[in-house]
Amino acid sequence: MKEKSKGGKIPNKVWLLISFLTAMILWYLLSLNPKTARSFPNIVVTLKSVKTMIERGVFWKDIQSSLISVSAGFVLGFILSLPTAILMAWYRPVRNIIEPWIQFVRNIPPLAYVPLIVISAGVGRKPQIIVITIATFLIMTITIYQGVINIDETLIKAARVLGATDKDIFLKVIAPATLPFIMTAVRLGASVALTTLIAAESTGAVAGLGMRIRSLNNSFESEPMLLYIIIIGIIGITVEKVIKLLERKLTGWQEKREI
Amino acid sequence: MAGEERNIKLKIDNVKKIYNSRNGEMIALNGVSLDIYENEFICVVGPSGCGKSTLLNIIAGLLEPSSGKVYCDGKEVVGTGTERGVVFQQYALFPWMTVKKNVMFGLNLQGIKGAEAEEKAMKYIKMVQLEDFLDHYPKELSGGMKQRVAIARAYAVNPSVLLMDEPFGALDAQTRTQLQSELLETWEKERKTCFFITHDVDEAIILAQKVIIMSARPGRIKEIVDIDIPYPRTQETKMAPEFLELKNHIWSQVYQEYLEVRK
Repeated sequence: MKEKSKGGKIPNKVWLLISFLTAMILWYLLSLNPKTARSFPNIVVTLKSVKTMIERGVFWKDIQSSLISVSAGFVLGFILSLPTAILMAWYRPVRNIIEPWIQFVRNIPPLAYVPLIVISAGVGRKPQIIVITIATFLIMTITIYQGVINIDETLIKAARVLGATDKDIFLKVIAPATLPFIMTAVRLGASVALTTLIAAESTGAVAGLGMRIRSLNNSFESEPMLLYIIIIGIIGITVEKVIKLLERKLTGWQEKREI
Repeated sequence: MAGEERNIKLKIDNVKKIYNSRNGEMIALNGVSLDIYENEFICVVGPSGCGKSTLLNIIAGLLEPSSGKVYCDGKEVVGTGTERGVVFQQYALFPWMTVKKNVMFGLNLQGIKGAEAEEKAMKYIKMVQLEDFLDHYPKELSGGMKQRVAIARAYAVNPSVLLMDEPFGALDAQTRTQLQSELLETWEKERKTCFFITHDVDEAIILAQKVIIMSARPGRIKEIVDIDIPYPRTQETKMAPEFLELKNHIWSQVYQEYLEVRK
């Protein structure tokens, strides 16, 4: 019964390998071209810079620091967004007052308001977490809110005629019906947390992947810079895969598969 | 049926429903009165927008009438109640629950749990012949199977009235006739009062003892047609001359209203 898609008999894993090799070849070509060679040092020297950074005593510290900021900001953003989104969906005044501002702030790049946050919150861990919290809060609130207001109303009617009270409807219909949107929000939030990292760590951080990239830029060390960029990518894709796995476990009952 | 004493199950007393929309007031129902007797199978036909669904929602207690009242067993209807079960056109199954869990949902709300709930649910899952699909999720079922689950779910809480809002409207012709036959069979066994909305005149005649024709907006009852074809009815009944005569009559009445809407 296995369906074969276009592309014949090549299994997905092999495709992944082909895709990887293609990128590697492209990278190699870029490292040969004199115009791009300085931005794309070849793979060997790039990987060797792991050693350089460990010897400088910053490699693990940078990863650790970034992970702490990203997770703390993300968790705070999530904790704040869930009730906000539900209140927005539930109460018209809340929605009418908050939604325009969420949309407004969402379109401002975090880098723009970082200085303002530093002025009030000072430098260090605190402003980093605040920046990531704001960015993840905005995207997750909008996503969860859209989910709650789009719940199929006949499901609520069906529950009501079967004897459900308001509490039953909230716990047994609205909560599970919102779960797929919460999972999507978590996925988008995690991605935003990482993409906000550079902005967050421009708040006078003493360590961090984003902070290090900026400081390496000042000394024109492109090998470790590229390495750090790749590390951010690896963290991102790992988190995404884990969340998708969770999504499939928790919301596999859905009609539509999300992208 | 004269002389026979029968209990009025549902009394619809001068029900009006006015919606306030951007374009002003819209009268959906303009004074509908109807007595539905116990065990009766009523079908309501009429053009789109004649207020049939509004009427069903009011009887279900999902909507409040602007004026007038509905009584069920002599008691005024305020809000929903498990004695009035509803089957929706869009199935409205909970997609995160398996077939069994869907059917048990109402039972659990009534405090019936565990083995007792399962046993009751199984009875109705068997009635709709889905015992091989207990642990399937709705997304794995066809439209007809989904609607069977919805019917089992409505039956499981043992309502005395079934309100069905174009339940077979989204199904293909074969599945529809199949489900009609199954519903008839069940109704003949259980004799629950049925209030069934449909677009399909054939469906109305094959199922109902009485067909209510509703007029175009504002919705009123235009005519009540008694269907004196004896049960059990089968698909062959659709060839009988009395069936065709009734079909001709009802269809032309509905068509007139349809033309009204188009004006």
